[in-house]
Amino acid sequence: MSCKSCASAFVGTEEQDKKLRESIASLQGDHSLVQILQAAQEIYGYLPKGAIDVIASELGISSESVYSVATFYSQFSFNPKGKYAISVCLGTACYVKGAGEIYAKLKEKLGVADGGCTPDGKFSLDACRCMGACGLAPVMSINDDVYGKVTPDQLDGILAKCE
Amino acid sequence: MKMVNLKINGMSVTVPEGTTILQAARQANIDIPTLCYLKDINEIGACRMCVVEIKGSPKLNASCVFPVAEGMEVITNSKRVFEARKINLQLLLSNHRRECLSCVRSGNCELQKLCRDYGVDDEAVFDGAKTPSKIDDSATHMVRDNSKCILCRRCTAVCDHIQDASVIGVNKRGVDTHIGCVFDEPLNTVACVSCGQCIVACPTGALYEKDQTDEVWAALADPEKRVVVQTAPSIRATLGEMFNMPIGTNVEGKMVAALRRLGFDDVFDTDLAADLTIVEEANELVERIKNGGKLPLITSCSPGWINYCEHYFPEFTENLSTCKSPQQMFGALTKSWYAEKLGIDPKNIFMVSIMPCTAKKYECKREEQSVNGIPDVDVALTTRELGRMIERAGIDFANLPDEKFDNPLGISTGAAVIFGATGGVMEAALRTAAEWITGDSAAPVEFKDVRGTDAIKEATYKVGDLTLNVAVTSGLRNAKELLESIKRGEKNYHFIEVMACPGGCVNGGGQPLQPANIRNNVDLKALRAKALYTQDADMPVRKSHENPVIKEIYDTYLGKPGSHKAHELLHTHYTKKSRFQVE
Repeated sequence: MSCKSCASAFVGTEEQDKKLRESIASLQGDHSLVQILQAAQEIYGYLPKGAIDVIASELGISSESVYSVATFYSQFSFNPKGKYAISVCLGTACYVKGAGEIYAKLKEKLGVADGGCTPDGKFSLDACRCMGACGLAPVMSINDDVYGKVTPDQLDGILAKCE
Repeated sequence: MKMVNLKINGMSVTVPEGTTILQAARQANIDIPTLCYLKDINEIGACRMCVVEIKGSPKLNASCVFPVAEGMEVITNSKRVFEARKINLQLLLSNHRRECLSCVRSGNCELQKLCRDYGVDDEAVFDGAKTPSKIDDSATHMVRDNSKCILCRRCTAVCDHIQDASVIGVNKRGVDTHIGCVFDEPLNTVACVSCGQCIVACPTGALYEKDQTDEVWAALADPEKRVVVQTAPSIRATLGEMFNMPIGTNVEGKMVAALRRLGFDDVFDTDLAADLTIVEEANELVERIKNGGKLPLITSCSPGWINYCEHYFPEFTENLSTCKSPQQMFGALTKSWYAEKLGIDPKNIFMVSIMPCTAKKYECKREEQSVNGIPDVDVALTTRELGRMIERAGIDFANLPDEKFDNPLGISTGAAVIFGATGGVMEAALRTAAEWITGDSAAPVEFKDVRGTDAIKEATYKVGDLTLNVAVTSGLRNAKELLESIKRGEKNYHFIEVMACPGGCVNGGGQPLQPANIRNNVDLKALRAKALYTQDADMPVRKSHENPVIKEIYDTYLGKPGSHKAHELLHTHYTKKSRFQVE
């Protein structure tokens, strides 16, 4: 299965597919689509087209009906996450402290768009809103590590730590 | 039924409980404007065009979803109401690409009409950032231009609730909200059935058929081409609407006259091929019943239905009649039998069909729909495109004389003309099958149980020693219900007619557009169908196999129904597809 709109090809494992189908079976019922989508994102790290099709097929609705609901919520992502998932806070405090420039620099360095992933699958980049560390603005995170008071000239050093 | 008394604009009105204010006002001859509301299809109270004042309520309320109550006092035409509607329109215009001069819907646009009605003279007053959009012209049959979309959701409602395809929906939210396909992929990569019901539901110029009139003008100007036109059964019942004639006016004679004046070399009637379809299909039915073939046999005239069956119910593709649709049979016959008769190379024949249908544009481009690499039909135009050609040519349609189709492929029967309405193909087939099975030429002509616009019609006919169970449906969600009842083993039929569009071709996606205030208040399908049944009743020959030209074609060319030659020219095959991962 591949998706033209995603940067990298989607390869789901059989185990992931099995887990998804189990989640759907256990959650199936009225008003459960959002929970199923959350489960799918938990399993794949994002919502690949293949997973959307499986959900649609199991629920007996169209893929577009599933996608329509998923795109309403900002919590769902349709692009794969890299081995290192970078988030830059663009909330008010971080933004006035220069997070916009940090975000633009990272896009340039990694060669990816908003929500994109590098072709080697190493880095993905997202903007987010407030990590609750406004005193450290501007803030970014890589997976579970948070970096505060980031300046553009620190970025190369931060990225170099990711191997 | 409990009745409710209320006042609308000071006038007393009594309506059944549960009626909406919008419907109650209609009964008092007050037309409240709407944009998102389409009766039975889209009742979501989203666009706020239909707001009214209700005494005692501080805010304005959406009349399309607000039920009446005893003693209610409603004002539909106050200054406050007018101002609210005008601001709504101005807000819609702030995100609307206003190219009204050349827009395909200019003069026929529900948004434009309301802006005129409400005196929107400052259309740019709220202009700001526009929702980014690009035109999707990937599909063979239609174009989506979201820069003119007002997000009324009429298209998505019809695609889901009526046609069960649901390939378009509302994506994202806020200023990014737009109508699109899954992952915003182009329409030609999803399982769209090409029915065009979204186009006839759209109030603006956001959706329209892919215009192919330039190709036809070019062919008409080419001295090398013999340009042959065929008109589908339902066109004569609807084309008049393009020229403001009453709904249900049969304009067959004027249509023929107009086509001749446009310069077509032969003005023929798809009805002849409908007769041919019946002869081949009735033969197929009798053969399948006699030889234990796959039953139920399901009709194959409606290309939107064929697309749906292939993608959504591939397990039924073997039940589909192998007969090509009348459009394709007509093309195949013109480029073989007729070409030979004239002694011209079929490559020099340009076959144009006038169809009620956008899926016909897709059908005639299918690879299986050609003989020796020559497509049966070159261009399929919708009724709307023909209307525009007639307008551009400056033909005064309403005052044309009534003329007759050309010979020989313009001769047809009453059985053929009813093909344009739901139940028509079934009835035509029964007329022929009943006579063939019983050998009795006095066999019945009218099978009224299969007429009308009910979702699913069933009938059982005793034909000779055979008991024939038949069913007729239109609208693909209804078709789904019917097929699922067969899968569950609850139903057992011999013969089924399915038409993709609700009510059949008279209500096809290529038919003249009627605004919501007409669609919500009259039964378009029934009015248009009536024109066809009236014509049938008045015709001297009402059984397809009695068409003298059909007899000649079999005697001199095809041999007998189901012959090798007939199969080569007039039959096709289908492909099992998936509703997912269409490439």
